[in-house]
Amino acid sequence: MNVGNIKANPDGRLAENILYFARTLRAAGMKLGPSAVVDCVRAVEQGGISDRDDFYWTLHCVLVTRKEDRQVFDQAFKLFWRSRELVEKMLQMFSPMMADDKPREKPDAAEARVSQALFPEESKQQEFERPEIEVDASFTASAREVLREKDFAQMSAAELAMARQAMSKMRLPVAEVVTRRFKSVNRVARIDPRKMLAKSMRTGGDLVLPQFREQKRKEPPVVILADISGSMSQYSRTFLHFFHALSENRRHVHTFLFGTRLTNVTRQLRNKDIDVALQECADAVEDWSGGTRIAETLHEFNRLWSRRVLGQGAIVLMITDGLERSEDLELAHEMDRLHRSCRRLIWLNPLLRFDGFRAAAKGIRTMLPHVDEFRPVHSLDALSGLCSALGGSYQSKYDPSNWMRSDILAA
Amino acid sequence: MPTIPASIDATEELLASEGYVADRSFATVLYLALKMGRPLFLEGEAGVGKTEIAKVLSSALDRPLVRLQCYEGLDVSSAVYEWNYAAQMVEIRQREAGGVGAGDSVFDERFLIKRPLLKALEGKPGKSPILLIDELDRTDEAFEAFLLEILSDFQVTIPELGTIKAEEPPIVIITTNRTREIHDALKRRCLYHWVDYPDAERELEIIHSKVPGCEESLSREIVAYVQRLRQVDLFKNPGVAETLDWASALIELDKVAIDPETVSDTIGVLLKYQDDIAKIESAEGQDILKEVKLELASA
Repeated sequence: MNVGNIKANPDGRLAENILYFARTLRAAGMKLGPSAVVDCVRAVEQGGISDRDDFYWTLHCVLVTRKEDRQVFDQAFKLFWRSRELVEKMLQMFSPMMADDKPREKPDAAEARVSQALFPEESKQQEFERPEIEVDASFTASAREVLREKDFAQMSAAELAMARQAMSKMRLPVAEVVTRRFKSVNRVARIDPRKMLAKSMRTGGDLVLPQFREQKRKEPPVVILADISGSMSQYSRTFLHFFHALSENRRHVHTFLFGTRLTNVTRQLRNKDIDVALQECADAVEDWSGGTRIAETLHEFNRLWSRRVLGQGAIVLMITDGLERSEDLELAHEMDRLHRSCRRLIWLNPLLRFDGFRAAAKGIRTMLPHVDEFRPVHSLDALSGLCSALGGSYQSKYDPSNWMRSDILAA
Repeated sequence: MPTIPASIDATEELLASEGYVADRSFATVLYLALKMGRPLFLEGEAGVGKTEIAKVLSSALDRPLVRLQCYEGLDVSSAVYEWNYAAQMVEIRQREAGGVGAGDSVFDERFLIKRPLLKALEGKPGKSPILLIDELDRTDEAFEAFLLEILSDFQVTIPELGTIKAEEPPIVIITTNRTREIHDALKRRCLYHWVDYPDAERELEIIHSKVPGCEESLSREIVAYVQRLRQVDLFKNPGVAETLDWASALIELDKVAIDPETVSDTIGVLLKYQDDIAKIESAEGQDILKEVKLELASA
C-alpha cells in the first residue's frame, strides 16, 4: 500500500499511525480496504481540523460505513489514541485531551472485540464465561415463576466470523415458496403479454418485442418460539446468537422467548450489533432460567400473536425440551391450534441427542403428534450445531411418528 | 455567487444561514465531502433531516437540485435516459415523405429524453448541480451496481452516442432508511454519516429557526416531551419532522402549554402506530408528562 507519497506530513508518522489504527479496526471485525486508509490520510490532510473531535469525525466518516460499527470505532478510538504515548505527542496539534473514562458497571458493547484486536495476548486468558448453570434445576420442569436477570458474555470477533460462515452455509427447510404473482425478468422465460403490449405502444405499435415474466418466489416468515427455562438456560446464549444471525439474513423473522411468560424479542434482536441485541434481550425478559409453562405461554401466543405473525405461510421453529407439567389436554389443544395455523411446525429438541431417548415424558408425548418434524440437535454449544440441525430438507428420520411407535415407548 | 466553504466553521455558518441546525460532526463530514468531491452517504431514521440537507445546500450554494427518488423496479430508462421513440418515428416518416435519404441518424441528442442522473452530469464548472439520490435502499441491487460507474467516474455510456462525462462532477447526496443493507462497494466510494436524533439543545434551536411563532416556554416543553418519548420503547420514535409538525399544530390550536388533554388530542401528529399511541395514552404515558413538567419546573 502506498501511503508514503502523502506529502502533508513529511515524517509520515500520522499516516503510519492511521494505518495502524485501521489495522486495529480490521482486526476488530470491521471491513476496511487499503483505499480507506489512503482516503483517511487525504481527509486529514484537507485540513480544517481544529480539535480532537474534528479528528474523530474525520476518521469516522471515512472508516465507518455501517451504523453498527460506530460502537467499535468509538471504543477503538478511545483505546488507540490514548494508549500510545508517541501518538499522543504527535496529536498535540489536535489538542490531545484525554477521553474521560467514567467508571461503568457494564462493559460497552463491542468492547470485547476491540480490546481483543488491540491486545491479543491478554484477552486470551479471559475467555468468555458461559452463563452459570444451576445444576439442580437442569432437566427438571417446574411451573414456579422465578424472575431472574441475565448477563451474557460479549461476542468475540472469532465467534462472529464463525457464525457468519455457518449461517452462509445453512438452508432452512422451507427456504422459498413460489407465489402466484409474476415479476418481469430480463431473460427468456414465460411471455408477458401485457408488458409486450404496453411497451409496443411507445413505438406506436410498429415494434413488438418479446417481454418475459416468471413466478415470484419469496421467503416465508419464520417464527421462533424458544424455551429459556432453567433446563434450557445453558443454551440460551447460542440460541440468541443464532436468532440474531437469522434476523439479519432474512426479512421476516419473529422471535419469542418463553419460560413462565411470553416475551417478544423481535425488535431487540433487530439491533445490528450482537452485543447490544443480547443486552436488550436480557433486559426485556424477566423470567430467565425459571420454570416452564408451555401450555399457558402457547395459549398467550395463539391468542395475541398468531394472527399477526403467522400469516403468509409462516414456518414455526420451536426449541424446547418439552419437559412440562401442565394439564395434557390444554397443552394438546394449544399445540394443535399452533400446528393448524402455520405452514410447518418444526420442533428442535436438545434432549434427542442422548442415546436411548424415549418420548416418555408426558409433555413430549402430548406435543409430538402435533409437529411436522422432530429434529435432534447434536451440539447446542455452538451455532454450527443449530445450523446443521435446522438446515436441509425433510428426511424421514425427522418424522415424529418414529418416536410414537409403541415398541419404542415400551422399550 | 456562493462558493464551497473553506473550513468546518464556514460550513457550519453556511448551514446556519439557511436555518439548518447541524452539529459539529455533521459539519465536518459535509465539509470533507464538498472538499474531496465525494458523495455523502446519509443514513438515519425517517424524519431526521436527511433529504432536507440537499435542499438546504441547493439554496445555500445557489445550485440546481436534481432529485432521483428511488423505488423498487427503478430502471435505467427512468433514471438515466430514454430515446423518444415517437419523435424518432415521426422524423423518419417525414424524411421519407420529403424524399430526404436516411442521412443523419435519428440517434441524436434532440431525441434523447434526459432523466435525473444524466441531467446531473450537465453542470457547468462552478455551477454543477446537487444530485439527491433519495432512499436508495428501495431500489434493487442491480441498480445499485449501475450507480457505481456514475459515482466513481461521473460518466454515462450511451451506446448510440458515446460516453457523456461531467465537466464538473455534481455534489452527490445519498440517503437511505436502512430497510436493507447497501453494498460495501458503493459505500466505500462515499463518506458515511449516521444522522441521529438531535439532543435537546439542538432540537430547541431547530424549533426556533423553523417555527418562529412558537413561544419559548412552549418549545421547551415540546422538546422535553419529545426527547422523553424517544427514551420510551416505541415502535417508531418521533423524528424532528414530527416535532416541528407538533409545534405548528399546537400553535394553530392556540396552546401555550402542554396538558394531558392536548397531548391525547394531538398525539397522532407525533406517533403513527396504534400500539405506540395506546402505550402513551395509558397510565405510563400520563406519568411521562408529569415528569417532564416537574423537570422543567425544577430547572
